[in-house]
Amino acid sequence: MSLLEVAGLTTTFATERGEIAAVEEVNFSLEAGEVLGVVGESGSGKSVTALTVMGLLPRPPARIAAGSVRFAGQELTSLSDREMRRIRGPGIAMVFQEPMTSLNPVFTIGEQIIETIRAHERAGAAAGFARTVELLEKVGIPSAAERMSAYPHQLSGGQRQRVMLAIALACRPRLLIADEPTTALDVTIQAQILDLLLDLRDEFGMALIVITHNIGVIAETADRVLVMYAGRIVEEAPVAGIFDRPAHPYTRALLASAPALDAPLAAGHLPAIPGTLPDPRHRPPGCRFAPRCELAIPACSAALPPLTAVGPGHAASCIRLGA
Amino acid sequence: MMTPLVEATGLSRDFALGARGLFGRSRHVLRAVDRVDLAILPGETVGLVGESGSGKSTLGRLLIRLVEPTAGRIRFGAEDITRLGGRALAETRRAMQIVFQDPYGALDPRMPVEQIVMEPLRIHGARADAAARRAVAEMLDLVGLPPRAARRFPHEFSGGQRQRIGIARALILRPQFVVADEPVSALDVSVQAQIINLLTDLQRELGLTYLFIAHDLAVVRHIASRVAVMYLGKIVELAEKSALYAEPLHPYTQALIAAVPVRHPSARAAGRVRRAELSGDVPSALAIPSGCRFHPRCPHAMALCREREPAPREVRPGHVVSCHLVNPA
Repeated sequence: MSLLEVAGLTTTFATERGEIAAVEEVNFSLEAGEVLGVVGESGSGKSVTALTVMGLLPRPPARIAAGSVRFAGQELTSLSDREMRRIRGPGIAMVFQEPMTSLNPVFTIGEQIIETIRAHERAGAAAGFARTVELLEKVGIPSAAERMSAYPHQLSGGQRQRVMLAIALACRPRLLIADEPTTALDVTIQAQILDLLLDLRDEFGMALIVITHNIGVIAETADRVLVMYAGRIVEEAPVAGIFDRPAHPYTRALLASAPALDAPLAAGHLPAIPGTLPDPRHRPPGCRFAPRCELAIPACSAALPPLTAVGPGHAASCIRLGA
Repeated sequence: MMTPLVEATGLSRDFALGARGLFGRSRHVLRAVDRVDLAILPGETVGLVGESGSGKSTLGRLLIRLVEPTAGRIRFGAEDITRLGGRALAETRRAMQIVFQDPYGALDPRMPVEQIVMEPLRIHGARADAAARRAVAEMLDLVGLPPRAARRFPHEFSGGQRQRIGIARALILRPQFVVADEPVSALDVSVQAQIINLLTDLQRELGLTYLFIAHDLAVVRHIASRVAVMYLGKIVELAEKSALYAEPLHPYTQALIAAVPVRHPSARAAGRVRRAELSGDVPSALAIPSGCRFHPRCPHAMALCREREPAPREVRPGHVVSCHLVNPA
């Protein structure tokens, strides 16, 4: 049994102009200790997938139209809010992109971490304090005991993200979901946080889902990768497969269009993907990427391409895989 | 030696923060840009990189007089524009424009695109007549937008298209110098390359000179001819891009390059080792460290670095670095 099994998941939102599907027919599983990278652009459905797993979407307007989310064998989609709160924390925890908006500005960071611990277990004040200092040290906050009484605005962006990690880890979750954990951070701090995430994975043995738009973050962290586009998984593979043998034209274009530090210096154009991301209300028929794909043929717009195996653990949704 | 199009000498900008004390003196002064020298040649692209709080956006705005300098001089072509005001400043500003990072915040949502793009012409005294509309149509075509875009509103466009509108507005006065302040950072990855390609095409067609401000070192490496690295208000290294990326001399530049995520998972372990040396956060600009401002984070800091600020030195032709560790070759 996998730690997390998501099968046929479709999450929709009610809008003024009808119901739109943010995530469609998503399938994946995750083992204990594994790092799954989910890469995609705006509207790809990567964050909605994570929020559905966490049970954090307000329903309505969100609705799980189909599919299941099983965590350690337990179906999550049918749980009440109250039952779901017991899963969040010791089961699944999450960190977000913007640590400033996730922390409460009127409580010290120590109070916020102790509160998390005491919401889930009976810990005395002294034990809670000691555990919190230990957590802050673990996430690399210098002079942790003194920083307990600091307020969020007194910390830098990188330190706030470390505090968010400490809160997420307070109940020793079996799965940590990190949604764009380094996007708001500077590049030198990004590197430190990514290294820290992997160290914590090793130490706590938890599974990790890293959601990002940055293919470099995937190269740094993931064991296995899902590539999402316009609400669907278009490719999934072990991380080396994504970088060595990208199969879907979108994955290939994404890899090619980001300039690299070690590529030969050449003047001229970057390989660009033409067009724009589809509006979720007017998604193209058939393959969602077809209007921007240089390999597209009329058949691509006729029907959704099935996920086709191209190697061990490697599959792509494209009817032009051999082209 | 070519005459620079834009030249800053000893350029500084202080910001007063927080409550004012007796006699209106502010208790906290943040020096965002600190005695910067920079010369930008006609037709080139200077990349300006650094982390948040490094002062790179303030420097860009100082050069085009959107922000007033506290000290130092700015020349534009043959003219000293540091103290220019009124009509003379307005005339000079035609030749200097800016493209902003956020294509959502920079466009008035109530104006149709034609008015947005025409606005700079009107500010500079043109009438909204057929000639102005023709100029807008030409500009929209140049940035790759269809003619029908003129009658639409910003919300009807994607992020990439909105950035095209922002570029059209910046270029309608036919400037010589354009400050591009993180122009692709807010865009989706698949759209970034389109906008970078557009900026390079426009530079060639219109003979533009760019200051390209970015935190993404790979993007800067692609688009720039020379690169300046800023840290806490100072340019710590400046070089031709081939030299800067192949042989970065300042430990901060080395750390920035090492921190860029690897391009292949097989390089992961090596990447971790390479960047293990840099620790800590950027210090607050309100409490700039003594001596070399990078010394608290520098793995090679010596006693001298804590005491004396290193002066910029040209260690090789065109390669200027401010670091006590680096001796002239």
